[in-house]
Amino acid sequence: MSLDFKPGAFDFFRDETFRESFTYRNSNPLRFPFPFDRDDYMYSVNMEPHVPGRKGTAFEHILDVDEHYVAEMIDRAKVLADDPLRCQSLPHMTLAGWDLLELIMEAKARDYPQWFSLTKNGNRWHWVNRPLGIEQSFTFLDESTLPYGPFEYITRQTQGDFSLQDERDNDLWMDAGMITSQADWSLDFDIGMSFMEWHAPVPLAHEKGVFDRALKFLLKLQHGAPVRRFNWTMTVNPLLDTAPETYPKWGPTKTTLTQENLGAKQHLRVELQSLYRLPRSNAIAFDIRCYLCSFEQIVTVPKWARRLHRVVRDLPDELAAYKGFLRNRPAMVEWLSKYDDGAPTSPGWWPDD
Amino acid sequence: MSGGAKLRVRVDSVTPVNDLIKRFRFVALDGSDLPAFSGGAHTVVEMDDHGTRRLNPYSLMSSPADRSAYEISVRRDDQGRGGSLFMHRHVTPGMEMTLSYPVNLFPLDTRARKHLMIAGGIGITPFLAQIAQLDQFGGRFELHYAARSRVLGAYMDRLTAAHPSQVHCYFDEENQAIDLSRLLATQPIGTHLYVCGPKGMINWVLSSAEAMGWPRLALHHEEFLAPGTGLPFEVQLAASGKTITVGTTQSLLEAMEAAGVDAPYLCRGGACGQCETNVHKCDGKILHRDHWLSPEEHAANAKIMPCVSRFEGKTLVIDR
Ligand code: HEM
Ligand code: FES
Repeated sequence: MSLDFKPGAFDFFRDETFRESFTYRNSNPLRFPFPFDRDDYMYSVNMEPHVPGRKGTAFEHILDVDEHYVAEMIDRAKVLADDPLRCQSLPHMTLAGWDLLELIMEAKARDYPQWFSLTKNGNRWHWVNRPLGIEQSFTFLDESTLPYGPFEYITRQTQGDFSLQDERDNDLWMDAGMITSQADWSLDFDIGMSFMEWHAPVPLAHEKGVFDRALKFLLKLQHGAPVRRFNWTMTVNPLLDTAPETYPKWGPTKTTLTQENLGAKQHLRVELQSLYRLPRSNAIAFDIRCYLCSFEQIVTVPKWARRLHRVVRDLPDELAAYKGFLRNRPAMVEWLSKYDDGAPTSPGWWPDD
Repeated sequence: MSGGAKLRVRVDSVTPVNDLIKRFRFVALDGSDLPAFSGGAHTVVEMDDHGTRRLNPYSLMSSPADRSAYEISVRRDDQGRGGSLFMHRHVTPGMEMTLSYPVNLFPLDTRARKHLMIAGGIGITPFLAQIAQLDQFGGRFELHYAARSRVLGAYMDRLTAAHPSQVHCYFDEENQAIDLSRLLATQPIGTHLYVCGPKGMINWVLSSAEAMGWPRLALHHEEFLAPGTGLPFEVQLAASGKTITVGTTQSLLEAMEAAGVDAPYLCRGGACGQCETNVHKCDGKILHRDHWLSPEEHAANAKIMPCVSRFEGKTLVIDR
């Protein structure tokens, strides 16, 4: 069995690519979750309750389905076809996979009834995913009734990378993941690692106690009270799959920027990360939802243009190096400076109305 | 918001189990399914005991597969602060109550080759849910369950009927005791040990296992510290500028809440760390009753866990 997509039923979803022709673009840049609430940036324990937010933004529902949904799922299927190890689940994580499947199906059916539906008759469930043309009857908690394990089945139909953390010994262990739109880290390398181990490469944050406190906090995360945080980096071209495994393919594109093409090619990559305690497995699901926006589109919002210029200009070298844009920073700052008149910016990340 | 998400429920039934124990069954007020949970989880039951707010943690004992209701069992403690007495005397079918979402501080390690469970008295309750979970998903287990007497051995009948070769019962009155050293010496590699019961039993089991060289990470225990009763004491809350008195049957956390101070908490049993509070001044002795702070931190008296710990002396000023 496999999962055949039969898309095409809805005009809403863009027919676009995240590779070769790179036809990806945002229909409405104002929907982009701009991550900077002030003119500078440093790591912190930036976690807040993950509650539904402003209408018409990426925060309206706990799982945002936007115009890129279908194209992203097609891109994920290609990544997996090339490298099946981008999705792994250790044997003890199957129950957590069911927990996640339930969470996602219930949320999508509730928040997007025009696209998704879930009907239950005891453990006999019926799932309809209209944008991808999928219809599936299955028995909840019985793996043999789905074409993939529950974790792979549902994450092949959900935007965002997901990792599942088992909680043991007062620590979290990355024991499952669907990672195809990552900012240069590898699931195959990290699988089975603990919270401090997989975070080892991050500069400055360990010394500041960010990870000690974040872990303490996460170990207390309660079912029914999810939290979220932002992370961000820079990507040349709207490429979802920036993996270490394929670095030779995409790394060299960093050398192709000029003042002429930078606005179109250089993208701010934002990860809206949310964390859920899962009920049956007691595991923690980590949803890393990637949003891309070209500099060209960002500077259409004057407040964001000014702020992005200042953040990129003043970021500590350690962070710019870790995020992989130290060499391109001067070019970015030069390009962005044209859109910063030095005027003060208002606090918070929303555009000025 | 402190304390996490809440559930509004109705008491569906109250069933006497024996002279000391009653079982309570809760259903969602709006008739919907309750959140799923995992074996070993507890819920915090909120009680309005004639004006005194009590919040007691109880292990969920019903099957995690059953989302139509939650069940807990409460042992009456005539010497306790009154939470169990309130449950026994005043909670009746039809009553509306508030529970916390389930929280699991005593989960099964799903990688274990075998689960070895040791229960004393009412400490059986988390194992009932864990065994139901293992029944559903598979997993090898063995339960050793000690009670004072046959009549006080709650749920022994149903456990031995369902799992005759895995459940072993012992009765203090008949001078039976778990042969711990033999038991611990004969387990297959990869076994995880779980113990829940009176403090003395937990210490005995854990120290024996450690002495026999069991890996520390294979040892799990759950012990709810009932927030201890004690003498009333006064506390100054530096951040909110209030001075409060903590009553005999109140915890410091409850007294802060009663004074309108929104203090963080989760387990309310000294285990989760959520309520950790800095101490500005301590002229006297903090009676640390938590499992969270290290012995060094206890000795330093620079932190207190208001959900369980108390104070004796002249002045205590904390950062709330
Ligand atoms: C269980 C949940 C989490 C998972 C699975 C996770 C995973 C990761 C991974 C794989 C990386 C890349 C490390 C590398 O370079 O190889 C990373 C980076 C990072 N993580 Fe987490 N993380 C989690 C939670 C958190 C939390 C709660 C914080 C909060 C404060 C945090 C802060 C960071 C920071 C600051 C970075 C560096 C990111 C950058 O500058 O691009 N993480 N995380
Ligand atoms: S509330 Fe959990 S330790 Fe105090």
